[in-house]
Amino acid sequence: MNEDNDTSALPELPMTRECPYHPPAGYEQLRAIGPVTRVRQFDGRPVWAVTGHLETRELLSSPHMSVNRFHPNFPMPIPALTQLQSPRTPAIGALIRTDPPEHTRQRRDILPSFTLKKIAVLKPRIEQIVEDRLDAILAKGPTVDLVEEYTKPAVAMVLSQLLGVPFADREYFEDLTYRRFDPAQVVDALSDLTDYLAQLLRAKETEPGDGLLDDLVGKVLAGELDRDELVKYALVLVIAGQETTANTIALSVLTLLEHPDQLALLLDDPSLWPNAVEELLRFLAITGGLSRVATADITIGDLTIRDGDGLIFLNPGANRDEAQFDRPNELDVRRTVRNHLTFGFGIHQCIGQNLARVELEVALRRLFARIPALALAAPMEQIPMRQGLVFGLAELPVTW
Amino acid sequence: MSGARRLVPSGDATRCVGAGQCVLTAPEVFDQDDDGTVVVLAEEVDESYRALLAEAAYLCPASAISFAEHG
Repeated sequence: MNEDNDTSALPELPMTRECPYHPPAGYEQLRAIGPVTRVRQFDGRPVWAVTGHLETRELLSSPHMSVNRFHPNFPMPIPALTQLQSPRTPAIGALIRTDPPEHTRQRRDILPSFTLKKIAVLKPRIEQIVEDRLDAILAKGPTVDLVEEYTKPAVAMVLSQLLGVPFADREYFEDLTYRRFDPAQVVDALSDLTDYLAQLLRAKETEPGDGLLDDLVGKVLAGELDRDELVKYALVLVIAGQETTANTIALSVLTLLEHPDQLALLLDDPSLWPNAVEELLRFLAITGGLSRVATADITIGDLTIRDGDGLIFLNPGANRDEAQFDRPNELDVRRTVRNHLTFGFGIHQCIGQNLARVELEVALRRLFARIPALALAAPMEQIPMRQGLVFGLAELPVTW
Repeated sequence: MSGARRLVPSGDATRCVGAGQCVLTAPEVFDQDDDGTVVVLAEEVDESYRALLAEAAYLCPASAISFAEHG
C-alpha cells in the first residue's frame, strides 16, 4: 500500500446497512477477500479494512497503532467527519485521539470515575431515571416514539448524573447534547457545549457537587490538571457515550421485537438479561469504523502493514466472523460472547463500557417488564435509519 | 506438599486500562483499586481456576493479565 497506485477497482467505504440489525452486507464480502484487505475511502485514498476477529484483536493491541488524526494517512471513515476537523472543535482531541504517554495520563485521570464500584453506586440512580421515563411514557401512550421519549432522554439524564451537571442546568445541557445529533448543528453544538462545560467547571470550583467533574475539579485546583483539558474529557465522554448508548438501546428494542422467540426467553427468565446484553452488543455493534495509522511495519498473517498505512476496523463485521462465532448471523441470547469487539480492543477499549452495560440492561429489562405488550407501531421497513459513524434509528414508533 | 498444581495470577497495573474484564471474569482473584487499575486478591489459586484465569487473560484488552504455575 506504500505505492500510490490506482484505487478505483477497490471496494469503497463507507458501506451502509440494508437491514438495521445486520452490518452492511459488504463487510462479509470484504472478509471473504481477506480478514485484512485493501479498500478505497470516499476520498479515493487507499486504506486497510479489518473484518477478521483474530486480526482485529491482534492489530488493536499492537503498540504500533496510532490514533493521531493529524497524520496525512489517518483514515476518514465517513465524509461527515471532515467538518469535525474544524478548528472550532479542537476539544474532541482528548483520549480517543491521543497516543501514549499522553493517552495513558488522560485515561488514568478519568479511570477512578469508571470503576465497577463507582458504576454500582450509579446503578440505583439509573434505575430511578428509567422508571421515571417509563412513567412518563405510560402516561403519554399507547403510541410513542421510543427514541424521542425514552432512549435519548434517559441516556442524557444518566450523563448529567454521571458528570454532575446541576439540576438547574440539566435541560439546557441535555438540549445541547441533542443538537449534536443534527449534522447541521453539530459544530455549533460542540462549541456551545465546550463553553458551557468551561463555565460549569469554574462554578464547581466554589460550589462542588458529586459527579465525575467534581472528582476532577480537585485536581484542577491542586494544579495537577489543566481546566481546558478537563473540558475536553467531559466533551469526549458526551461524544463517545451518548449516541452510542441511546442508539444501541433503541436498536435492541427493535431487534428483540423482530425476534419474538428470543424476547420470550427473556420475559420468561429475566436473569438472562446480562447475557442477552452481551449478545446484543455483539450482534448490533453500531460503530462505523475505528481509525488507526501504523507507526511501524507490522506482519499480520501473510500480509505486511507498512509504517504510515491507514487502517479502518469494521468491528460489526469482526463480530460476525464465522472463524470465531458459531452461527454468527443469528441472535442467540443464551450464548456467552464476552469476546465481541463492540467496545474495541487494546488500550483505547471503551472506558465507559461497564456503565453502558448497566444502562442497556436496566433500560431494556424494565421497558419489557413494564410494557410486556410492546409492539412496533409501523412495519420495520418503514422505520427510518440513520447511517453514519454511529448507526441508529431516527425514530422508533411503538405501541401497546 | 501434595502434587496439586498451584496457579499464580498476576495483573500488571502499569499496563492496565481499567476495562474491568478480569474482575467480571474472576472476582475472587482480581479487583480494581480506587484508581481503577487491577489488584490481585489471591496470591495463588488451585487448578480449578485455570479456565477463568485464561479467560481473564484473553479478554484483557491491554494484555495486563497472566498466570504462572508451580506444582
